[in-house]
Amino acid sequence: MRNPQLNSKGELQHLLTIEGLPRETLTHILDTATSFIGVTAREVKKVPLLRGKSVFNLFFENSTRTRTTFEIAAKRLSADVINLNIAVSSHTKGETLLDTVDNLSAMHADMFVVRHAESGAPHLIASHVASHLHVVNAGDGRHAHPTQGLLDLYTIRHYKKDFTRLSVAIVGDVLHSRVARSLIHALTVMGTPDIRVIGPMTLIPAGAEKLGVKVFYDLEQGLRDVDVEVMLRLQSERMRGALLPSAQEFFKYYGLTPEKLALAKPDAIVMHPGPLNRGVEIDSAVADGAHAVILSQVTFGIAVRMAVMSILAGN
Amino acid sequence: MTLVLPDPEVLCAELVRQLRPDVTADTALVGIHTGGAWLAELLHAALGIALPLGLLDISFYRDDFDKTGLHPQIKPTRIPFEVGGRHIILVDDVLYTGRTVRGAMNELFDYGRPASISLAVLIDRGGRELPVAARYIGTRLEVPSGHMLVLDRDEKGKLRLKFDA
Repeated sequence: MRNPQLNSKGELQHLLTIEGLPRETLTHILDTATSFIGVTAREVKKVPLLRGKSVFNLFFENSTRTRTTFEIAAKRLSADVINLNIAVSSHTKGETLLDTVDNLSAMHADMFVVRHAESGAPHLIASHVASHLHVVNAGDGRHAHPTQGLLDLYTIRHYKKDFTRLSVAIVGDVLHSRVARSLIHALTVMGTPDIRVIGPMTLIPAGAEKLGVKVFYDLEQGLRDVDVEVMLRLQSERMRGALLPSAQEFFKYYGLTPEKLALAKPDAIVMHPGPLNRGVEIDSAVADGAHAVILSQVTFGIAVRMAVMSILAGN
Repeated sequence: MTLVLPDPEVLCAELVRQLRPDVTADTALVGIHTGGAWLAELLHAALGIALPLGLLDISFYRDDFDKTGLHPQIKPTRIPFEVGGRHIILVDDVLYTGRTVRGAMNELFDYGRPASISLAVLIDRGGRELPVAARYIGTRLEVPSGHMLVLDRDEKGKLRLKFDA
């Protein structure tokens, strides 16, 4: 079966998941993002690439940060941006997803940036829309968050250069995390030899080893000599049933404190996709400390999203 | 194609001769990637220009983005000086349709308002599609349309002109 993200010429038409994309495609996106970094340092923080194009942000699930960074990225490419917070609009009036998309297509959309609580929703939209339209997955259920995976990849490459000798630990609520899945795929494609997931048994998906990662249930064992720590947010809103005794107990065993950070390599970096839960997955001393690159991730995220949107729009 | 192509070094020396009387403390050179950047490096050194060399990649300003998409290899744009009030000399290898120069001017204006922009090229091959003219020209050359004339640089840094497929 043809990869649903690619057009008939084999170019990237949609970005739905990192899974199945070749290393050259990821490298091309990262390299393009590098050239967009400079744009934001100029007097006019805009390039005219997407002038006259309409980008619709379709957020069926709430998000401020991701929606804002997509909006800034599209505006810096000179696109017109329309934000639809569908969580509180036609969806609740009973309109189906594809009817919503058809209506917006009739308003001459060129690109949809889609966030949805159901895994696979962006894929459904991509397989439904006309061939000149592009769909970017901005997070679907537990499935994927490819632009977050790419900006994490960009951040790691920026600080660590070479993926082929890195140890990367992904810590916390892996079960509910589309960020973790996208990052694991991305790191694997780039040839990272040592990818670890660390968390309580109830928050590590069954069969995680099949993704090629090492599973640790003990933070102190898992963090030993890693180059990169990616702390995940505890997604209490997605939790059904008693997965955790309490946030305090989670912090005691899996929260990143300066003492635990000291087990990693001396030049290790600490990442977090945001929003931060201080005192739950990360101690303030770490979040604000010298190893944290969390705010750089946000800045790089805009350049990475500019790269993704301009590559898609050009294909 | 049996057209004999001129030696870029000879043309470069000719450009230096034309440019030298116009260089002031406010003159800045900006080379357009890739051939124009190599040429601008040579001119910058030969003319002893005080302001650091600027480099432009106009990929984000091309007018054929809808047709051809994003260029696969984008080089960094670097304008390491204040553009406002400066006399900028854009440098490119071959002047043809003028579309690259239009893109370059648009990009420069996103950095500020220069006092003036002029254009220096190794070769003017005619075939303009926009009202663009070079002030400094290495030589004029008739090249049949459909042929891409570009500057090439080998490992040793030696420049030569060639036809690209």
